[in-house]
Amino acid sequence: MSGVVSVFSRELRLAWSGGGGPALPVGFFAAASSLTPFAVSPDAQTLGIAGPGVTWIALALASLLPMERLFQADLEDGTLDAYAGSGVSMEGTAAAKTLAHWIATGIPLAVIAPLIWIMLLGPPEISWLVVAVSALGSAGFFFIGSIGAALAAGVRRGGLLIALVALPLYTPLMIFGASTLNLAAEGGEWGPPLMLTAAATLFSAVISPIASAMALRAAID
Amino acid sequence: MGRAGGPPLWRRSYRTPSGDAIKPPMTNKPVKDVGSASVSSVALTVDNLAAARGLRVLFEGLNFRLSKGEALELRGPNGSGKSTLLRILAGLTHQHAGTVIFADGEDVLRHYLGHSDAVKPTETAGEQARFWARYFGRNDAAALEALERVGLSKRMDVPGRGLSAGQKRRLALTRLLLDPRPIWLLDEPTAALDMEGRKLVGSLVDEHRATGGVVIAAIHGEGFTGARSLDLTQLARAIA
Repeated sequence: MSGVVSVFSRELRLAWSGGGGPALPVGFFAAASSLTPFAVSPDAQTLGIAGPGVTWIALALASLLPMERLFQADLEDGTLDAYAGSGVSMEGTAAAKTLAHWIATGIPLAVIAPLIWIMLLGPPEISWLVVAVSALGSAGFFFIGSIGAALAAGVRRGGLLIALVALPLYTPLMIFGASTLNLAAEGGEWGPPLMLTAAATLFSAVISPIASAMALRAAID
Repeated sequence: MGRAGGPPLWRRSYRTPSGDAIKPPMTNKPVKDVGSASVSSVALTVDNLAAARGLRVLFEGLNFRLSKGEALELRGPNGSGKSTLLRILAGLTHQHAGTVIFADGEDVLRHYLGHSDAVKPTETAGEQARFWARYFGRNDAAALEALERVGLSKRMDVPGRGLSAGQKRRLALTRLLLDPRPIWLLDEPTAALDMEGRKLVGSLVDEHRATGGVVIAAIHGEGFTGARSLDLTQLARAIA
């Protein structure tokens, strides 16, 4: 276990070193959603309809941004060879890296999500729910994105490839996460979609390390 | 322990897939066998190994046997398959045909040092050594000791991007010291190293062999003392 734990703490440290790291996706999240009133309408009623969905899409896209370098840097500098030949499980290593980057980037995204929510005229009293569902959803987005990241690790400028692999797989999280926000904004029953969001995230957390490890082994072969 | 859990990567690598297309030649010319060791102390046996990159077969019909405490130098021009052979032995790359049998079991722990030194540009030398120490289940004192051994104790606070090529290689060598593993696979370990660094690699190899360890190294120029040599040139064959 100490191997996986040490990779986790190293990645947490590395995520913040080297040029801002998590600040960029957070900035992207804020900037992209700020454009909504210009594109849709500044009118309160229209924003009330569009706001939750737009917030959720911006969160999904922001979650994709750290993915390009998630495994690519390790593949290029030989770290992946050292990990793979060490006897420490590749699944554990992939999961540790993804989880560390989610803590470094996904949590900040969830923390600023209520600001965007309020900016798009969502009811401020359910900000806590926005944080919760954003944290949950971004974890799912990170786990699914890491599969794409592993598949595209050996590809130059693989960012777009990651998006093409990951975005279709985002569909369940997109439906349940956005429904949670929509129903909460309307004062409806948001419990069931929140549970389904959690289920989709847990499912991706189980699948992702296995799929990523397989893709990484193929990448170093 | 640092090596717990998960299916080992190399588990799949040392079995020839059934229905393999290429049949290696049955006659083994002497050049393909660099000698045989006494059965009792055998560390690994390579049997009819072939490696391919794309459509090109790098070498085939490779046979050798190494005893504990032996060193083998891989020689041959660039592109003759030295690195690929090391990667196959490390369990990172699939062989095209043939088998590799480790006497201590197929999941015997190996160190593989490739061309890339696995040095992170933003982490200091000290942090990286401490990370690998923890990764292998050792403490910070072990990291310090290893850094001293490779001559980097005065460069502890220098980030990876500030290290010279030789210093990066020295930092990679600390991994050999941080976890005792019976088999070392080194890809041009002395590249970028100064005379003192070459001596360091030589003495690390000697110490490792004294404890019954095996060293297989791709190398140009001066080799290790008392090492056997395997030239891959004559095993190379391009598919037309």
